[in-house]
Amino acid sequence: MKRYTISIFTENFIGLLNRVSIIFTRRHLNIESITASESEVKDVYRYTIVLTTTEEQVLKVVRQLEKIVDVLKAFYHTDEETIFQEIALYKIRTSSLSQSNAEQLVRKHNARVLSLAEDFTVLEKTGYKEDTQAFLEDLASVGVLEFARSGRVAITKPMKELAAYLGELEHLN
Amino acid sequence: MKTITLEKKEQLQALNVSGAEAIVKILLEEQVATIFGYPGGAIMPVYDALYGYKDKINHVLSRHEQGAIHAAQGYARVSGKTGVCLATSGPGATNLITGLADALIDSTPLVCITGQVHSSLLGTDAFQETDVVGISMPVTKWNCQVTKAADIPKALAKAFYIAASGRPGPVLVDITKDAQFELFDLLYTPCTYLRSYVPTPRLDNRQIEAAAALINKAKKPFVLVGQGVILANAEQELKTFLEKIGAPAAWTVLGLSAMPTDHFLNVGMLGMHGNYAPNVKTNECDVLIAVGMRFDDRVTGNLDYYAKQAKVIHLEIDPSEIGKNVATDVAVLGDAKESLKALTTMVEANDHNEWVQSFRALEKVENDKVMQAQLYPTQEQLSMAEVVRIVSELTHQEAILVTDVGQHQMVASRYFKFNNSKSNVTSGGLGTMGFALPAALGAQIGQPERTVVAFIGDGGFQMTLQELGTIKQENAQVKIIILNNNFLGMVRQWQELFFDKRYSETEISSPDYVQLSAAYGIAGKRVAMRDNLKAAIAEMLAHDGAYLLEVMVAKEGNVFPMIPTGASVSDIRLV
Repeated sequence: MKRYTISIFTENFIGLLNRVSIIFTRRHLNIESITASESEVKDVYRYTIVLTTTEEQVLKVVRQLEKIVDVLKAFYHTDEETIFQEIALYKIRTSSLSQSNAEQLVRKHNARVLSLAEDFTVLEKTGYKEDTQAFLEDLASVGVLEFARSGRVAITKPMKELAAYLGELEHLN
Repeated sequence: MKTITLEKKEQLQALNVSGAEAIVKILLEEQVATIFGYPGGAIMPVYDALYGYKDKINHVLSRHEQGAIHAAQGYARVSGKTGVCLATSGPGATNLITGLADALIDSTPLVCITGQVHSSLLGTDAFQETDVVGISMPVTKWNCQVTKAADIPKALAKAFYIAASGRPGPVLVDITKDAQFELFDLLYTPCTYLRSYVPTPRLDNRQIEAAAALINKAKKPFVLVGQGVILANAEQELKTFLEKIGAPAAWTVLGLSAMPTDHFLNVGMLGMHGNYAPNVKTNECDVLIAVGMRFDDRVTGNLDYYAKQAKVIHLEIDPSEIGKNVATDVAVLGDAKESLKALTTMVEANDHNEWVQSFRALEKVENDKVMQAQLYPTQEQLSMAEVVRIVSELTHQEAILVTDVGQHQMVASRYFKFNNSKSNVTSGGLGTMGFALPAALGAQIGQPERTVVAFIGDGGFQMTLQELGTIKQENAQVKIIILNNNFLGMVRQWQELFFDKRYSETEISSPDYVQLSAAYGIAGKRVAMRDNLKAAIAEMLAHDGAYLLEVMVAKEGNVFPMIPTGASVSDIRLV
């Protein structure tokens, strides 16, 4: 078992995310995180899905994903083959900022203040899940009112551009 | 029955037409001569439009939407065309689900059009509203919802292209009622390309060379034939290939009829109730050449003991099938017709006579221990196999066989003989009881000149028997044989073998089928004695019109050989 990042490039159609997630549900695979947004190519969307499974399973899943008519291309990579990041937001009472260790924590975790209001402050930290989690745990002493963490966004290390794959698809048809 | 031929046009244009009329015009443009369906509120505009095209499109009114879709499947399987289904929203659409799942797993091209509530009512739990796109997503190759008339042409163009291209499958287009009413200017161009979709992978010469190298070195090559051969119209290419390399070939349930039964290299059926020789020899061959098949668990038995000694070559159109169940040494991606043609030019002519004869030796064992007693029983009770044998003989191996699911399906697959391809219609992957009666109707409409014989168990028949009404209304000459053992036979067999004969809920009663068919205006007869059997079958075949023949067979007959669940193919049991 290993952690894999699956990158799926799709057309922008209603319901496609459902069709993608069915592939995982049907094999009883748990998705650890998912993000979806437009890619560097206009109208092509990128889903980034993280899961822990065997390479055999992830390979079969990727083939099933590519079988979806409106999926252009799917890849899987290990953590070592990707540069990835997550973002987390933390809401704390502004009054608690004056607590002795709040500043230390912000400095230690290299977090930044995103918004400052009279009654609450929003801090932001990006990094690996372990990093954002560690900040959350440290902040507990100050009191966290609300916490939200994104799914993983990932860039793969191999240098081939998406446009090149799209070109290949045109060629295959 | 009506048959309608159409001329092909390049592009279709019509000004100020309703979405509903556009749908009908597009069906005509896509050469659709027959559709299967059932009207209802949300699809009424399309039915209204159809009224004006009665002379151009033959609409078959089923008695249940499940009947409509199974009929469309039967039609598609024997004709090679795309089956088209029409249903209303809500229950109309949900009744299609079993057929969609069946068509997906058996790679049958279907376009299903469902009506949907007015777009303003979507998501409000309106009358007969259900999330059809969501429900059908796991059981369709592709689906979409249309809420504007202007989107209908593109959606249907994609639907027809996706359903029939590459590995075929069912698609569903859900169209809201307001989109059906809306007026617009129709411009229709058939779809031939989608950038995200590669229906047929391009042949790779390196793969062909690698496969040929393995085949040329093989001492005991063995070919497995699946439906991919039939779907690619590659029967002749398969025959040429087999004869050149001199390899024995066995078929899956869905590959049945791809090669004539009597061909000297045809060594029978694979799998759980397949023939003895091909199952045993799977674990003796040195090169296994799978063509257009997907190593279903009913074919392979326990994968840990499946052909471990063999190099595996897999000719397949769907890349996701490669290595899915069986590790593949050489994958040849592409359409079976092209792959076989290319491979045939690369392989050396060969003759593996001794190897082929070794199959014949095992065949004799099976014949002596199993087949003779089944085909020519001496006991008083009729066997399913003797009925199948006589029908096959009296139709001179020219008939289309349609089967339901269960013991009779395995018996018919084992003993029915074929001269022609596209002559076997059955629910192989999903195992849908109730499939055969409507599928036989569809097959008859798809091939009006051919004899269509449906073998159905007493259990499966009672799941969709309402389609007798459709058969009568269409005047389809379907010959229906109910093999009645008063049991859900296959489950009973398993209970006998694996559950200490605890016959839990497998004894099933039947109505008087002869009276039932008479009530539908269909001729019928019941036979229980061997002396009357052949004459009754001859009478059925000679009858002008549909006919129902109920044959009372042995109550506790079993299908053998059998590979018990979890066992290896070579541990197939003869008794």
